[in-house]
Amino acid sequence: MKRREFIRIGSVAGAGAAALGGLTTRWYDLYADPIHDPETDGDTIVPSFCELCFWKCGILAHVKDGRVTKIRGNPKDPLSNGMLCPRGAGGTGLLYDPDRLKQPMLRRAKRGGQEFQEVSWDDALNEVARNFERIKTEWGPGALALFLHGYGGNWMKHLFKAYGSPNIAAPSYAQCRGPREVGFSLTFGSGIYSPEVTDMQHSRCLVLIGSHLGENMHNTQVQEFSEAVRNRADLIVVDPRFSVAASKARYWLPIKPGTDLALLLSWMHVIIGEGLYDREYLTQYAMGLEQLTEHVKPYSPEWAYPRTGLDPELIRQTARVMAAARPATLIHPGRHVTWYGNDTQRSRAIAILNALMGSWGRRGGFYIPSQVTLPPYPYPAYEKNGTEVADRPEPSQYPLADEVLAQGICDATIPGGLRSESRIKGWMVYGSNLPTSLPNPQQTYRAIEQLEFLVTVDVLPAEIVGWSDVVLPEATYLERCDELLNPYYRQPYVAVRQPAVEPMYGSKPGWWIARELANRLGLENFFPWKDSVEYAKTRLTAAGYDCDVLQRDGVVLGKPEPIYFEEGAPAEFYTDSGKIELYSPQLASLGFDPMPTWHQEDVEDPPSGYYRLLFGRAPTHTFGRTTNNRLLSEVHAENAVWVNATVARQWGLKNGERIYLQNQDGVRSTFSAPVKVTERIHPDAVYMVHGYGRTAKGLRFAYGKGIDDAELVTRYKTDPIMGGTGMNVNFVTFVRDGAAETTAEEATAEEATAEETAGGTTAGEAAARQGGSEADAIDGSASTALSAGGRQG
Amino acid sequence: MSGKRYAMAVDTRTCVGCSACVIACKTENAVPRGFARDWITTETNGTFPSLQMVIRSERCNHCENAPCVTSCPTGASHYGPGGIVLVNKAKCTGCKACIASCPYGARFVDPASGTVDKCTFCVHRVEHGVATTACQDVCPTSSIVFGDLNDPNSEIAEALRTRPSETLLPEAGTEPRHYFLR
Repeated sequence: MKRREFIRIGSVAGAGAAALGGLTTRWYDLYADPIHDPETDGDTIVPSFCELCFWKCGILAHVKDGRVTKIRGNPKDPLSNGMLCPRGAGGTGLLYDPDRLKQPMLRRAKRGGQEFQEVSWDDALNEVARNFERIKTEWGPGALALFLHGYGGNWMKHLFKAYGSPNIAAPSYAQCRGPREVGFSLTFGSGIYSPEVTDMQHSRCLVLIGSHLGENMHNTQVQEFSEAVRNRADLIVVDPRFSVAASKARYWLPIKPGTDLALLLSWMHVIIGEGLYDREYLTQYAMGLEQLTEHVKPYSPEWAYPRTGLDPELIRQTARVMAAARPATLIHPGRHVTWYGNDTQRSRAIAILNALMGSWGRRGGFYIPSQVTLPPYPYPAYEKNGTEVADRPEPSQYPLADEVLAQGICDATIPGGLRSESRIKGWMVYGSNLPTSLPNPQQTYRAIEQLEFLVTVDVLPAEIVGWSDVVLPEATYLERCDELLNPYYRQPYVAVRQPAVEPMYGSKPGWWIARELANRLGLENFFPWKDSVEYAKTRLTAAGYDCDVLQRDGVVLGKPEPIYFEEGAPAEFYTDSGKIELYSPQLASLGFDPMPTWHQEDVEDPPSGYYRLLFGRAPTHTFGRTTNNRLLSEVHAENAVWVNATVARQWGLKNGERIYLQNQDGVRSTFSAPVKVTERIHPDAVYMVHGYGRTAKGLRFAYGKGIDDAELVTRYKTDPIMGGTGMNVNFVTFVRDGAAETTAEEATAEEATAEETAGGTTAGEAAARQGGSEADAIDGSASTALSAGGRQG
Repeated sequence: MSGKRYAMAVDTRTCVGCSACVIACKTENAVPRGFARDWITTETNGTFPSLQMVIRSERCNHCENAPCVTSCPTGASHYGPGGIVLVNKAKCTGCKACIASCPYGARFVDPASGTVDKCTFCVHRVEHGVATTACQDVCPTSSIVFGDLNDPNSEIAEALRTRPSETLLPEAGTEPRHYFLR
């Protein structure tokens, strides 16, 4: 159809019709045109904070006739500033998810057989308490482990500390941001925390290394990122993928995956070699510049070129751009940084580069956060029972891990996993779907098979829930109170989570579940309050804050402290030397490189016909936690496999064609996904959004949609410094349905045209034509799949 | 008529295409499942590694010369307050002439009512004391500007005066009141 031609004709005809139109309209206009009001404003508006991801934005839940109609940002909240990401706006999709866990359940058949029986809360809690008691008696309290993610997990953490187990692990550490915290602590004596202490909104130069802000939607970060773009800050994006952020950048460095450290060292070479660093700042605050100067001499841009594939002049130029904007130059530390197993050293390199820019403690770099003084609840002290954390064979291994390693707890469950005997016998898993968050899911399932007892507390029937002995359905964040939020931030504040509606079905809030278990375990001393409101009031009153104001506004602000050195924030560095450590004596004494060093053997090239598997986020999703959210999944219902257009031609892969992926260990994806043929990805890599390809049948919407990258992550490289699991070390190849294996060589015979040089437009058109949700997922990045979506021009 | 001329502009420099506008619109306007009144389009040009990409949050263009209004046989599609193009559900027969005539693919049939639905510039808000549309309100990158073009001091008038902008398919002669800032 020659659409444009039609339109042109149409508009000529339209001009004629317009004259007539006046008449007809008037004839019909005997009655007024009513303005239709969808009436989604609430009768009541409840301030709270979000849990669709873990950023904890302040929200206003509109409630009408007992239902949450819509969720807006709370303008008084310093994190949301009245704005939300799509997930926050789509929270009703979780609250009203028809697949929610509705009643407590006990396993009926063999573990993993997915057969359950609904029981009363009393029966379920008694069963949990009986097993907790038994494990403590037979094996000691340390044999029970807690995995958790999400703010409600604080109640369970408290329960476990009271019970006496130190084995409390969150995959958000060793599978996510851990190396960053350690790398920055080694350098500046402080970590980055969450929300990140980055002052992006004031940066004059912003460097993102693999960080895909705009696709990763931590609200305030994206707000500040857009502010930097609006202010025309020089944006430098290092990514093998032309990310959304890269599309906004002045410089995109399409680096060969796995070689970021070479680039960072080369940048240091230029900055030190040309004397572009902040001499005064380093003299005042840092130690080790002489050693670093010697150390980076060999790492010239010409040295980096064959490793990174980046033009030496581009490396030089970007180094100078960074230096020109200092100290308002922020080399962003990223968040999910467990990539290659050398991640602490890469994070160290980022920290050192920031030190050379003088950006720590400076406007446009890193601010110094503060917190409201809020005394803890006066609980009795936890009993010290001498139980050691079981996440590693010897404490000397991964010496700088400052949180428990989740994969280590998993391994310690398997005889022969970490030690000859199994040390962990029971798990409680709170809101953390371990088969998709820990690497190598087969290992996780092996551990689960060894367990004497597994209880999950969750909202949705995720994979881990299907393997449980007892399932406890928690109320969603819109139906419950939680621990008070008191973050370290540029503006200190306290926020409250409060229920917008009553818990649906038989679900219960986490605080109630934890307290009921404590009562059954003889730990009632640790839960002396009636409910979470009484708990919160006790703490707030002790701190001199007005509970009514907090309940009304959702937040109370504390007194702002200076956040930059130049404003009087204390220039204190909690390292051994009390200085910024460019050279780390601590790493040297532990036998590690005291300064980040390139080791060629750390980077493996993909075998012929294989591509490095990279994964990331879609803005509408928080990994697998939201892919069953029908409202959010209207935009991104399925992931796609991004394949470079040239590679796709070699394989004869067509845009939208469904394929399976198979990794270097012969593991094939359970489901298929459409190929997105695109120029936006490095030919060495394929990319997909994490959280799809769900195998839990109870997730009736998300089940079987797309490919789960986690099941292809059978290999990982453990960071020797802190035990993080580098997961970007897997390679995959393409398998067509039914075909055993096709090689790239065989596939080249047919030279297919890459249909999609115009990126999302093609996908958008396909979506518009089909009016369905499938084709659009080909454009995993942006365009929507909705029926009105997409101009067909 | 209110003497206003409503318009919207999306800043393509800052828009990241996150779809918060889509979700907020859906909940604000109780848009039926499987449909949306606004959507994200991305256009990529070039070959690796020389690429450009434009991201747009799109919706009804509220054209001044709207083919949907002229093609509507019942007068259901009409210019409402401030020139907002609206559909009077009481007059709409669901004949889809407007859907065929809209070059922007902005319209769909609401399966519940059988009438045509689309973006209203949140007329129920902006004509009743709320200054913002839902998509504008939620936008975490503050990329959506909305207001009265007839008010020279409005943010939208200011943005269009000071920034280069474009409309979609200007050759269609529809005179959109939806702009994209470059």
